[in-house]
Amino acid sequence: MRYAETGFDLEIDLTRGSIERVASPLDMTEMYLGGQGAAAKILWDRVSPGTDPFSPDNLLIFSAGILHATPVPGVNRTAVNTISPQTNLMAHSLFGGFFGPELKHAGYDKIIIKGKAPDLVYLYIHNDKVEIRDATHLRGVGSTETGDRLKKELKDPRVQVAAIGLAGENRVYMASIEHNHASAARGVGVIMGDKRLKAIAVRGTKDINIAHPAELFQMSQELHHKIDSSGCGDWMAYDEDDSFHHNHFAWGNARTRLKNYWSKELQDRWTSWKYDHMDRQTGCYNCPKECRNVIKWPGKPRFAYKCYGKDTYHMAAFLELDFSYEILGVAQEYGLDSYSTPQVIAFALELLEAGILTDKDFPGMPEDSRGRFFYIMEKIVRREGIGDILADSVSHAAIRIGNGAEAYDHNTTKKFEQLPIKLGKVNPAYFLMIATGEKMSITQIEGSFPQDPLPTPEQRQAFVDKWEAAPDEKFKQYFLNWEKRADITNQVASEITEWNEAMHYVDDATGLCGFVSSFRGQFGGDVAYHMNNIPDCIRLATGIPFDKDKLWKTAQRIRTLVRAINVRRGLRRKDERPPEDHWAVRDEEAEQKLLSDYYDYKGWNHDAIPTRQTLEKLDLGYVADDLEERGILMVEDGVSAKTA
Amino acid sequence: MKARQATKIIKEIKVDINKCTGCRACEMACSAFHSKPKYSSINPARSRIRVVVDELNDEYVPIRAGDYTVAECTGRHTYAIDGKDYSECSFCGAVCPSRDFFFEPDSGLPLKCDMCETVPALDQPWCVKVCTADSLTYVEREVPRDEKPQPTRDQLEIGLEFLINEYGMEAILENLNRKSKR
Repeated sequence: MRYAETGFDLEIDLTRGSIERVASPLDMTEMYLGGQGAAAKILWDRVSPGTDPFSPDNLLIFSAGILHATPVPGVNRTAVNTISPQTNLMAHSLFGGFFGPELKHAGYDKIIIKGKAPDLVYLYIHNDKVEIRDATHLRGVGSTETGDRLKKELKDPRVQVAAIGLAGENRVYMASIEHNHASAARGVGVIMGDKRLKAIAVRGTKDINIAHPAELFQMSQELHHKIDSSGCGDWMAYDEDDSFHHNHFAWGNARTRLKNYWSKELQDRWTSWKYDHMDRQTGCYNCPKECRNVIKWPGKPRFAYKCYGKDTYHMAAFLELDFSYEILGVAQEYGLDSYSTPQVIAFALELLEAGILTDKDFPGMPEDSRGRFFYIMEKIVRREGIGDILADSVSHAAIRIGNGAEAYDHNTTKKFEQLPIKLGKVNPAYFLMIATGEKMSITQIEGSFPQDPLPTPEQRQAFVDKWEAAPDEKFKQYFLNWEKRADITNQVASEITEWNEAMHYVDDATGLCGFVSSFRGQFGGDVAYHMNNIPDCIRLATGIPFDKDKLWKTAQRIRTLVRAINVRRGLRRKDERPPEDHWAVRDEEAEQKLLSDYYDYKGWNHDAIPTRQTLEKLDLGYVADDLEERGILMVEDGVSAKTA
Repeated sequence: MKARQATKIIKEIKVDINKCTGCRACEMACSAFHSKPKYSSINPARSRIRVVVDELNDEYVPIRAGDYTVAECTGRHTYAIDGKDYSECSFCGAVCPSRDFFFEPDSGLPLKCDMCETVPALDQPWCVKVCTADSLTYVEREVPRDEKPQPTRDQLEIGLEFLINEYGMEAILENLNRKSKR
């Protein structure tokens, strides 16, 4: 019997209209777990490196985590993976809510979609009944409204729906996939739209079996209590002091710091806006935290946000919170990523100011910032006029516009919009994470090791004394001896980067939410899930033996496989550059040395490609064979990490 | 001395719909507890508590499976609470043909909340234990048990006469004799 998993995937070919239920091998679970890990293996096996992201051969994969639908709390992030047209690399996206567990109860771990439908369709999954249905009546319908309409049409309020809005339908690169007030961001909605797939509606009533039931249930209840009573989760759902983002992050097109922006008066005003319009705070499946603030702003659709998601629009527009509340519901119905979209709009307005774009490009645009943001957003989601160019994201738009526009594309790495953080001195671990990460946003890479040192040795000792999450004593020593942010050796920065990344790769394969796990440890160290207890969760749920070392190796295997997919698509050292103005004080030579040292530490050659030796250690010999066959990895690379 | 009045315990789960976050941990825990062996499988479709959610209207209502009924109601009320309209069904725990809640997914047999009664007893039903939002709270109330009215002399005589006519005096006396010796 298969435990924790169903052991079956759904294979959908939208071109042929075919649906197959395919058994997945157990050893694949042991090697890659579920979620992004399993999806990476499928993309490696089945999407050849020459495949255009808009080709019918590109796959769009929805995968539940290995721990979805088990009693383990805070496990609800469904992974969406494909090849992104924006980066031409593997896109990685996650969304919370209820979709993954429902999919498993319907009897499937993953939905693997290829081909393109002739016109808009949706996929209806009700246990063994799976149908590709006409969705032309939902054309242009908002993403959450689509969910509501499908529930009514199917006469089943318990159906879980993931849908795109107008942005996805029109292949906007910033398009998201929306589900129950959760968004799959970072460039996956565009591929769902390209495949003419408006929505997936899933309903399941089957059992998920647990290998060691009583033990896992007991452990889960302890974790439930821990998550509820500790500070982990999104503290911003309760703490109204958001001086951190407003005083430290850059406004507009990631340019301007307003260091003393926050004030008591402002906080009181914004707090009133929030509580006067908030229906409630909601949580995801089987999680005691309530991170999502559900807001009903007059005359606008109801929406929910968490964390920094409430700041991006008004900070890009130099406005206040009421503007974000006004625009977020509309943007959610269109299905737009609230991290990248405001940057694209601010970029366009900067080009207008610089004279690279002119008033002719924006016929009839209002004068005020508020009106301009709405105007440009409408142009983008409809791909009208200049919106058709902007819909391709900052980097691609800059190239298409030309005439010096490239200089205004200053906040991207690997052609992807980064968080608008502009700081003074380089934190070496952050340099590595932004340069070499493949989850595209620092929030998906950082999180276990604290961002900053604590001022006194006593404080550092107190921190370390209660630090359960550290996978190795050496990290405690590093923290004890850490005094200045930039003062970390290359070796230590490499190890921190590896740990931070590993936790995200574990979360994204198990379905755990970063707010109770990978992302949260950096703020105070007290976090529910870590390398020391996740192996037990996996072992008790699946019956597959797992310990810390095996989980660590699994995380490295998945991480390296993602690197291999991207290397095969052309990613090299030259692409691994954080935005040039991310820090004010730069030292190119030292940074390149840091990068080389990191590659050595990882067992990659100096062009950022994992060596045969490294790949074989992670049971990825077949990857080495392929890379050698394609001439990407020289045969002699296997001898030493430093030969390239 | 007056005899102590007999009482019984009423077990209640109080629902605060404003506190529900819609996380459905109650459904997960209920299905785990009622699976056999305990906790061996998870399936909210087997849960005896369901959260009725309508995100667009901000409705989050946990309801508990009650008695089975063969027919739907003939007419329903709509309740307006805090400016939101709730159908009577939103609060009704009846296992009724109008919706597919509270039926075993395999057999179609109705489910009913048993307040997680087990030996040894739990301090609270599982749905309440996992509801950290405090939308569900457990209350035990002690209420007087209705005393059965004592039969009057007339009723006793009528009853005895009926039995004598039916079974004969001899059979009744023999039976009474045996009972009185016990």
